[in-house]
Amino acid sequence: MEGLKVAKANLKVYIHPSKSNQVSQAVLRELSSLLFTFSEILDGVVLAYDVNSLDTCAKILPGVRPYFGVKLKVNLLLFSPKPDTLLEGKVVKLTQESIHVVVLGFSSAIIAEKDIREEFVCKTKRGQDVYASKTNKRHVIKVGTMIRFLVKSFDDEILHVYGSLIPEHTGSIYWLDKSLEVVSHNDRIEKKRKNEGEQIMLQQHAVNGELSTLDTVQKRKNSKKLKHQKHNEES
Amino acid sequence: MGRVQVSDWEEFPRMENDFSDSQLIHHFRGILVAVTKGDRENYDELVGYLHPKRNLNPDEIAILLTTLKALSGAASYIDSVHHEALLFAVSRMSLWNYGTDVMDALLELIISLAASNGKYLDWCLEMLVKHFVPPYYLLDSLKQENIIDRKTKVLSRVHAALKEIADLVPLAPLRLSPIVVQKMPSVFSKEPEIVMYADNMLRLESGAIGEIVGSTMLPALVDRLLELDVEIGWDGILQEDGKCIFEMELEDFTEFGDDENCDSMPPSELLNRKKLQGNMVVDKLDSLIVLTFLHLESCQSSGRLVEVFDVLLASFQKTVLNAYKSKFTQFVMFYACALDPERCGVKFAMVLTDMFCRDVNSPITRMSAVAYLASYLSRAKFLSAALVTSILQSLVDWCYAYCKSHNFDMNPRAHQVFYSGCQAIMYILCFRLRSLMDIPRLKLQLLNMPMEAIWKHKLSPLKVCLPTVVVEFLRQAKAAQFFMTSETFVFNDVLESDFSKAFGGMDRLDMFFPFDPCLLKKSESYIRPHFVRWSKVKTTYDEGDDDNDEISDSGSDASDDDFVDRNAKDMIDDDMMVTVEDLDFTPDLNKMSITPKSSLKYGFETRLDQCTLMPARIRPSTSPESL
Repeated sequence: MEGLKVAKANLKVYIHPSKSNQVSQAVLRELSSLLFTFSEILDGVVLAYDVNSLDTCAKILPGVRPYFGVKLKVNLLLFSPKPDTLLEGKVVKLTQESIHVVVLGFSSAIIAEKDIREEFVCKTKRGQDVYASKTNKRHVIKVGTMIRFLVKSFDDEILHVYGSLIPEHTGSIYWLDKSLEVVSHNDRIEKKRKNEGEQIMLQQHAVNGELSTLDTVQKRKNSKKLKHQKHNEES
Repeated sequence: MGRVQVSDWEEFPRMENDFSDSQLIHHFRGILVAVTKGDRENYDELVGYLHPKRNLNPDEIAILLTTLKALSGAASYIDSVHHEALLFAVSRMSLWNYGTDVMDALLELIISLAASNGKYLDWCLEMLVKHFVPPYYLLDSLKQENIIDRKTKVLSRVHAALKEIADLVPLAPLRLSPIVVQKMPSVFSKEPEIVMYADNMLRLESGAIGEIVGSTMLPALVDRLLELDVEIGWDGILQEDGKCIFEMELEDFTEFGDDENCDSMPPSELLNRKKLQGNMVVDKLDSLIVLTFLHLESCQSSGRLVEVFDVLLASFQKTVLNAYKSKFTQFVMFYACALDPERCGVKFAMVLTDMFCRDVNSPITRMSAVAYLASYLSRAKFLSAALVTSILQSLVDWCYAYCKSHNFDMNPRAHQVFYSGCQAIMYILCFRLRSLMDIPRLKLQLLNMPMEAIWKHKLSPLKVCLPTVVVEFLRQAKAAQFFMTSETFVFNDVLESDFSKAFGGMDRLDMFFPFDPCLLKKSESYIRPHFVRWSKVKTTYDEGDDDNDEISDSGSDASDDDFVDRNAKDMIDDDMMVTVEDLDFTPDLNKMSITPKSSLKYGFETRLDQCTLMPARIRPSTSPESL
């Protein structure tokens, strides 16, 4: 899943003088106020923070109330879905008109019917609406399915995502991963053939006396893997 | 997009087979999209169907139903700029005016709108919150059976819809809280309206999304209680008279009113209550407090009182504690403590003690905290003597340490926190001394407290604190043989010269006793079983014959509510609740009557005229600025 990032931030928190005897508590409270809100400066929604270091010196602001600024270094976990990134979420409601998804348990996303690729058809199975793929019978999206979808836009006030299921690599994560496995399996067979070819090449290099130690290790590993694969295939 | 003929509309209910839902939805989408291109003809007709009308015929209901259902299918096509008229028409619809079919369809539309576009979330939540109270014309007929039925239908659906929105948009409850608080009826609204709204707030608090909104609902309700509280002026209830806090409640108990509910209270309190009667604000406050009490009870039975209490405690510390002499709101805390004395009750006392002892708090907060603490420890029937002693110990320790570090002459203003602490100690002991003395272990602890040093200190707390409290305290201390050196009472001269009274006019300490008897009729009946009245306190100087005591011992388990049907003598015999908890009596101390002497001294008739002059349970200070 994309849209998550860790940011290191140098922050300055201004604390009310009445909290001068409990600075760290006040700092944490101030940081907590950032949670689940979109911050333009950080360009994302703060999901978690971790204070790295707290400056022991603070600058006092001149004024009626002498607020003081405490400098701190914080690691922030940010959620910033950008258009055309992939998000994952759980389907909570499915109607003919839309699929409602909750991402990471807090952000709601909607995929309107016009943004669902034509491959999917809404059917009613056992009294429950589902979106089933016309081409792959096993590719089904229903309430409770984890899906991967593309971000169309993001409303940073309500943290509402407008998504799309148009691209081919979107849909039920379970099915996508399964199909990926099939693909990778095919890949593996191809790789195997390639590897065999490479080995021959390497052997030729070795004959020429150009095989480095690193290559030897690599070769051993490859041969081990191959053996393992062969063993698996045989069994 | 083809225009749907009116005849077609009328046939919708019969044409369900011909017109599939999806076709209808497609048609509606077309209409909505056409508006953005300037074609408003069909759209205007559509909006027309949504305008609320009275007395719809079945056909009209069918059309409305179809329109709403189709619209919820096309919700993602509704645009706040182009379809303003449509949204306005929907916002004017009220669930209270329709049958369950239309209710469900309208709620479906609201839910679809909330989930389809973030922009409508607040609008939808507001729309739902609006249904917490019925339309104005139904407010007066809320007790009718059909309206009660409709109320259940509407409210259960509204809360279910809120839950559903929260499931689809997990952050919705965070936006709901401020909306609920903002839309809360003002203090000037009608009683049924505000009570019903509060009821819904509490329902949200205990409901599925209570975990998120709960921390806002109760404080908001308490704040509104406080607002109502301050609307009730002191003048209506009280007359300033510092004369006697204790005697006031002792006023003749032997006279009984006709009203059964009022039997238990002294006439002066009745007078106060009568003064409050007919006051709209008082009625509203009373109903809301009772509602909160009931909610607390339900929380207790569902096992989440401790969590709710934490929320209440935080809001108490933030608002109620520092509100200038709140009169009734604090009883919410009292009742919560009474429901779970071991956890909530103890916690409340501990937090108040802590607030008093911590230097970081402002003097006003500390004085308020200790005033609450004193009143709470004195009045709460459910607190153990051991707890009272341990808190007294910490108060005395604090005062003693203060004395040691402040070797100054008397100065009420500079040392107000200290004096308020001293007054609290004395006030608690006025109520509790006898019961503490009855337990040898606690008696020893009390005798070991360095109290004498405090009272004798140069700061002279006895001269600054409220004379009534000081006199009563010294009287009891003398009777309990406290502060005795070679058989003479150390503070005899203070008593005889009536020294402290001379300072009555001087910057006297605040006379705020927050848990003085509650004057609200309905709420009081909940508080009564847990409440200690001064008239029932057994003091150290009460002397009586053994007969009385025997009766009281044997009948001590009975609740003091039972005395309504008894004669006055029996009733007084039963006034033992304070000491009764600790049945560890020493025989000689038991030879005392609990009959308040002063009550025998003054007959009801002779005091009645004075009662009207000084009926205060809760009294404002002559020097409000001292707080």
